[in-house]
Amino acid sequence: MRNNLDTKLLFELSQPGRRAMQLPACDVPAQPPEQLLPGESLASSPPPLPELSEPQVIRHFINLSQRNMSVDTHFYPLGSCTMKYNPKRNERAAAMPAFADLHPYQPVETLQGMLQVLYEMQTYLQEISGLDACCLQPAAGAHGELTALWVAAAYFRDIDEKRNRVLVPDSAHGTNPASAAMAGFKAVTIKTTQAGIVDQEDFQRKLDEKVAVLMITNPNTVGIFESQIQEMIAAVHAVGGLVYLDGANMNAILGITRPGDWGSEGVDMQHFNPHKTFSGPHGGGGPGAGPICVVEKLAPYLPSPVVVREQEAGESARYYLDFERPQSIGRVRAFFGSVGVLLRAYCYIRTHGPDGLRQVSENAVLNANYLLSRVKHFLPVPQGNRCMHEFVASAQALKNDKKVTAMDVAKRLLDYGFHAPTVYFPLTVKEAIMVEPTETESKETLDAFAETLFRITEEDPDLLRDAPHTTPISRPDEVQAARQPVLCHLAN
Amino acid sequence: MTFFYNTPENQQAMLEAIGARSLDELFEPIPEELKLQHPLQLPPALSELELDQHLRELAVGNQHAGQKICFLGGGCYDHFIPAAVDTIGSRSEFYTSYTPYQAEVSQGNLQVIFEYQSLMTRLTGLDISNASLYDGGSATAEAVLMAIADTRRYGKVVVPETLHPEYRQTIATYVENLGVAVETVATPSGLLQPDDLSAHVDDQTACVVLQQPNFFGCLEDASSVVQTTHQAGALLVGVFDPISLGLLARPGDWSAPGEGADIAVAEGHTLGTPMSYGGPFLGIMCCRENLVRRMPGRIVGQTVDRRGKPCYVLTLQTREQHIRREKATSNVCTNQGLFALRATAHLSLFGPQGLRETANLCLQKSRYAADQICQHQRFELAFPEPTFKEFVIRDRKANVGELMETSLAAGYLAGIPLAPWYPERADCFLVAVTEKRTKAEIDGLVDALIGATNAVTTSIS
Repeated sequence: MRNNLDTKLLFELSQPGRRAMQLPACDVPAQPPEQLLPGESLASSPPPLPELSEPQVIRHFINLSQRNMSVDTHFYPLGSCTMKYNPKRNERAAAMPAFADLHPYQPVETLQGMLQVLYEMQTYLQEISGLDACCLQPAAGAHGELTALWVAAAYFRDIDEKRNRVLVPDSAHGTNPASAAMAGFKAVTIKTTQAGIVDQEDFQRKLDEKVAVLMITNPNTVGIFESQIQEMIAAVHAVGGLVYLDGANMNAILGITRPGDWGSEGVDMQHFNPHKTFSGPHGGGGPGAGPICVVEKLAPYLPSPVVVREQEAGESARYYLDFERPQSIGRVRAFFGSVGVLLRAYCYIRTHGPDGLRQVSENAVLNANYLLSRVKHFLPVPQGNRCMHEFVASAQALKNDKKVTAMDVAKRLLDYGFHAPTVYFPLTVKEAIMVEPTETESKETLDAFAETLFRITEEDPDLLRDAPHTTPISRPDEVQAARQPVLCHLAN
Repeated sequence: MTFFYNTPENQQAMLEAIGARSLDELFEPIPEELKLQHPLQLPPALSELELDQHLRELAVGNQHAGQKICFLGGGCYDHFIPAAVDTIGSRSEFYTSYTPYQAEVSQGNLQVIFEYQSLMTRLTGLDISNASLYDGGSATAEAVLMAIADTRRYGKVVVPETLHPEYRQTIATYVENLGVAVETVATPSGLLQPDDLSAHVDDQTACVVLQQPNFFGCLEDASSVVQTTHQAGALLVGVFDPISLGLLARPGDWSAPGEGADIAVAEGHTLGTPMSYGGPFLGIMCCRENLVRRMPGRIVGQTVDRRGKPCYVLTLQTREQHIRREKATSNVCTNQGLFALRATAHLSLFGPQGLRETANLCLQKSRYAADQICQHQRFELAFPEPTFKEFVIRDRKANVGELMETSLAAGYLAGIPLAPWYPERADCFLVAVTEKRTKAEIDGLVDALIGATNAVTTSIS
């Protein structure tokens, strides 16, 4: 049922004296807190939290859950986000007390199963990337980028080279230049061509011995494989720089090609998005994880600790945490990492195996190309007839002819029960509509989506400009939200 | 083929529609010499049943907090999680959605984040909360970056040794390449002393970071730290324990009502998210209103839709990387949505009284545990200052390693040795007692520690 009315805030439902939680009586001799703690450290009263009953709380949140689209309820072709189905076996695994109820400072003797999973994840990611070493600590893809740039900075400091620039294509995620700036580098934008790939002339012009890192997404955000990647890597290496692969689009190339094998030397660093490539889930925004893999010469700089395995003849393997890494950049967060996300990714890799992972990418690319073949006839796809795991259509013609924007199309899709694709990204395509179906969708779903999209392009423009019509709210006033920010509920 | 989302017939029909002869043809844009010529060297696929069996085998190698009685803390705690939090957190309409870019079909997530932000401001006494960050450690480092940007002081940031060592390490990594020094104030007394702080804070100091209760569990003189910091024109970053706020003053009020931390950050997993070997977790961040445009991460605001209906939307996005790119306040592009949801549900269930009672149980039980342990002449409190739910025990025999081993054999995760971070305190360990620990468990811990003592005595004689 979608016609529930409960959108009141928790604070509006609250009544003084209502309670959902009962706590045990204190079973040790107790003294008033005022006698145990200094007066100035105490609050005069507990914080003004809402007071609710358990059924109120449950009904509130369950009703709110129904005001969301999600992968479990709708096709969610959000380009660049790899919204594939999240297998439930992974959820069951992560909830096992043997994994969920572990404390990060337990002795390693009590963590051998956990550490084995994490050690094997390190080796799996090394194998999938073709790189030599792995660190699982970063908490998200953007955090992995930042960590890799810190690693690069430490490397150049160590070899006493002053390099302050990071090259980033204009089609890259905004996190790339933002990470570069946070790591103390100057982000330099390189252009992409009409064909959607890095402009080699602009790249050559901006490449010099001041460049620390080239950050490249491949396949790129337009869904095209950068075919000149070998030459670009060689050119960066020739001036002494490093190459970083933004692993956002690994879903297209699992078992097909490895970034560490690109050209004679391959990329030097990359991150993974286990919440995307290895089936997440996305959690309404997070948690994610952002493990990184690097070549041998950068391994000493990875954050500490890493998991190490040792095995003496005739004995079973033992796993421990290695903190004795003097060249390490240190920590990028507290504790080991996004272990719950990594455990789900481990389950995903184990249930797919080498052939299954390759089929993931084959089917992701097949689904994207099939959808492209149906869509391009009525919604131009500027960058070609074929794609990898995603493609970017343009609503520019619709805008010219009917004054209908990419946003209007996106909003109208919501009326038909489809989550919208990513719109207005990458910035290099006008009126961009970025579609990533993923491998877990059936042909019937793709057909229904293509037919709906076609129908929308034929609809009355006014209907589109005012869409969506069937969702719990119509378009929000974003200008008011930013000009007169109301960022929390104020108590009277 | 492991999983069949489409049949071979479907695939054939799709290839024909594309005009491709084979799946391989779709990968022609990848230069042939770059293609992997052999299968990945990974273990063969397991069925779900086999995965289940495999995980059970791995599980045998772990001893979890349901098997060993957990007295470990240090920023990660074994607090109780009500069943209703799991019910809400298991709703796949929440956990299989993503960042609410399409507000019209994300009002569930957006309202939850708005409620989360509201709860956090009420908890901390500050004006603004973001939608959450990765964890307590990285949130602290982000707060330091905010302070540097806001004060435009690139000289140094000041952190006492009583701040979580891993938070200090994280801050050091975040500022390493920015030319900002991290000055660490020694705290031999277990507290940051006002004179020691004054000696470090100057007009080039961007901020002071104070953890309350501190890493040793002790209550700092937060009021004087706030004053010293503000007198120098620096910002105070307060690191708090959400559970403690059932009893303790809110970070925004540490010095006086409305005067305290300028930015407050915390590890929020204790609000409804299991320990999970340290992550993924929930980074809470709140600040004063004048700092809102420096804030990293997502923020949700209330507005109206085209028909005037109140609704929620991501806002103040001109701070963020997808618009500002290299000029953004941070590279953070998501929040910890699922754990913000769990924290919101958790606090809704606990309410003010539930939080207060939880905090009081932690206080009473930890004091009881400390008293009982120190009954024995081998042990003393390392610091005499008042504590909340954790305390540091000094072993007069300086044999913490063996104590931990024998306690473990008796079924207890007895504490965290301080040696790795504080070599001069190699005779100390940190003990945490949450509301979950019963008197019997605490008495058992004491017996285990004393039993260890007796065992050692025997082996010496």
